[in-house]
Amino acid sequence: MHRPDAGRSPSVGTGTRVPSTLPVVAPREEHPHPPLPDPRRSDVDEWGRSEHIRSITRRLYDPLYKYWFRVEWEGLEKIPTHGGALMVANHAGAIPSDAPAIMHGIEKELGRPVYGMADYFFRTVPLVGTLWARTGGLPAHPDNAYRLLHDQGQLALVFPEGTKGPSKTYSDRYRLRRFGRGGFVEIAMRAGVPVIPIAVVGAEESMPILFRMNGLAKTLNLPYFPVTANDFVFGPILGKVAYFPVKMKFRVLDPVSFDVEPGLERYSKSRVMDEAEQIRAKLQDTLHDMLRERRSVWFG
Amino acid sequence: MGRRVLVTGLDTFWGGRMAQALEADPSVEMILGLGTGEPRVPLERTEFVRADQTYSILNRIVRVTQVDTIVHTFLKTNSVGISGRMLHEINVIGTLNLLAAAGAPGSSVRQVVVKSSTHIYGASEKDPMWFREETRRNAPVRTRLESSLIEVEALVRDFIVDNPHLVVSVLRFANVLGTDIVTPISIGLRRRLLPCIAGFDPLVQFVEEDDVVRSLEFVTHQRIPGTFNVAGAGKLPWSEVASIAGARLFPLSPISTHSLAAPFRWVGLIQVPVEMESVMRFGRGVDTTRLIDAGFNYRYTSAGAVESFTRANNLRRAVGGSDPAYRYEQDVEQFFRHSPAVVRGSES
Repeated sequence: MHRPDAGRSPSVGTGTRVPSTLPVVAPREEHPHPPLPDPRRSDVDEWGRSEHIRSITRRLYDPLYKYWFRVEWEGLEKIPTHGGALMVANHAGAIPSDAPAIMHGIEKELGRPVYGMADYFFRTVPLVGTLWARTGGLPAHPDNAYRLLHDQGQLALVFPEGTKGPSKTYSDRYRLRRFGRGGFVEIAMRAGVPVIPIAVVGAEESMPILFRMNGLAKTLNLPYFPVTANDFVFGPILGKVAYFPVKMKFRVLDPVSFDVEPGLERYSKSRVMDEAEQIRAKLQDTLHDMLRERRSVWFG
Repeated sequence: MGRRVLVTGLDTFWGGRMAQALEADPSVEMILGLGTGEPRVPLERTEFVRADQTYSILNRIVRVTQVDTIVHTFLKTNSVGISGRMLHEINVIGTLNLLAAAGAPGSSVRQVVVKSSTHIYGASEKDPMWFREETRRNAPVRTRLESSLIEVEALVRDFIVDNPHLVVSVLRFANVLGTDIVTPISIGLRRRLLPCIAGFDPLVQFVEEDDVVRSLEFVTHQRIPGTFNVAGAGKLPWSEVASIAGARLFPLSPISTHSLAAPFRWVGLIQVPVEMESVMRFGRGVDTTRLIDAGFNYRYTSAGAVESFTRANNLRRAVGGSDPAYRYEQDVEQFFRHSPAVVRGSES
């Protein structure tokens, strides 16, 4: 029954010895009420995702997915139908159009939930933060990732570039930014799940950034403030939500498994950085391949 | 020999409930309750001593009564209607005196149980969805309540280092709801008005008041050292708390929440402890695996705690009023406990 915390056990030490168990008294069961029926009214899970709200957004988003972006998948069968996996993808477009499309596609085709891990900045925005959480978004915290992937065996999607991906200007399109500090590799190692890279083509052109207004971003306390081509075509308000009808293509790469013992506190930093760099290089090469094959931004 | 237990805050909800629970435990020989006011619940055999809030008298009491266990329930865990200075006096100085008495040379104390709060973790957008006991807090310390709790636990940590032979148990409780407890949230729900921050619907946890007392009793009885989170299983959105309890949400402005809500607080329409404002924005979850692994069984989930409150509230609404108030009569209590005229054990 004892859980001696490191370095202090109740029975060691000086003075009176503490007995480990006391003269046993049967636990008293005089509870006046019968067990209550489950009073939960909504299906919001511990991450804030609600399958009910998700199914509504899926229904609303489906026409966009099918007819606007005309999403095409390659290698979808490489994503497991059960068990945890960490998907990583390149990230682009001022207000990224890739995350909802990837999540929608997998949920639709595989019928299992996808949790999108992103910058905690989302949580601070009223309404947006709540909606984001209800539709499967959660802050990219290593503890969250471990619980989600290891304990619950779910699918999670991260963008290792972070905000550096979507905030890059159009002139830098399809040039992968630094993959953070390789945190995603460490998370996958610890959770004992494979990393599945997904190459995304199309998101870059769906909302290309012409330039960024850093001063305004600072005043508004935003990670970045983009001025996009969409602002000029659709106007400054509609331009923040309306994407160009680009053809989106996703290519799922072979899952990368790490031959390490899961559950450790720390992993070799050099190994982590090497693996992250390899995944990044493979993703970059795949992007180049896909762009070589692409004939048109609009029709693929 | 049975155990001799000192309970602080006998005149508060938790002290009273804890003393009642200990009275039912035959392995507890003597219960001594310390309070700044008179007990508010009927007690059979608990001895009551009046003390000032900072417990400066405690050292002497511990020496003469030879208590082996101190259950420290007298920590303020919500800041409504109490000044920052008073919070500091009660929480920090009170604990300081208590630990000084417990750790005095030749002290008879073998276990100290502290009733802390999950407010010690704060709440911010950078938090993990589940705090483990060793997870660091991310939020800057902005409220007096949180800073006092942090100080209290720092005192306890030092105490553990200085007194390695003592069993020290710290329980961090999530927000409590239940049949009887009165908190700013329960007051709001009774009026069918739950303040929220517009645009935010965070996930929160609750612990039922019975589980609070039971867990305190559990670590006391089993002498389990360590720090433990205590909260009902699962989480629920803030809006669902309102819907289970049949209350309406009262949205507050997401910007300058505190100052714009001030008029509503002044007229007494709502009560929002300042330390709850960040929770109402980002929510908070604590991982309770450690206490469950130690062998504790919860009776209520988080949503169950809300339901328990709601049912008690429905009953109150139907039959009106509240339970007849108990009044402590010194002479009567003294008579029942100590008069030779009373045949002990004749009542039960």
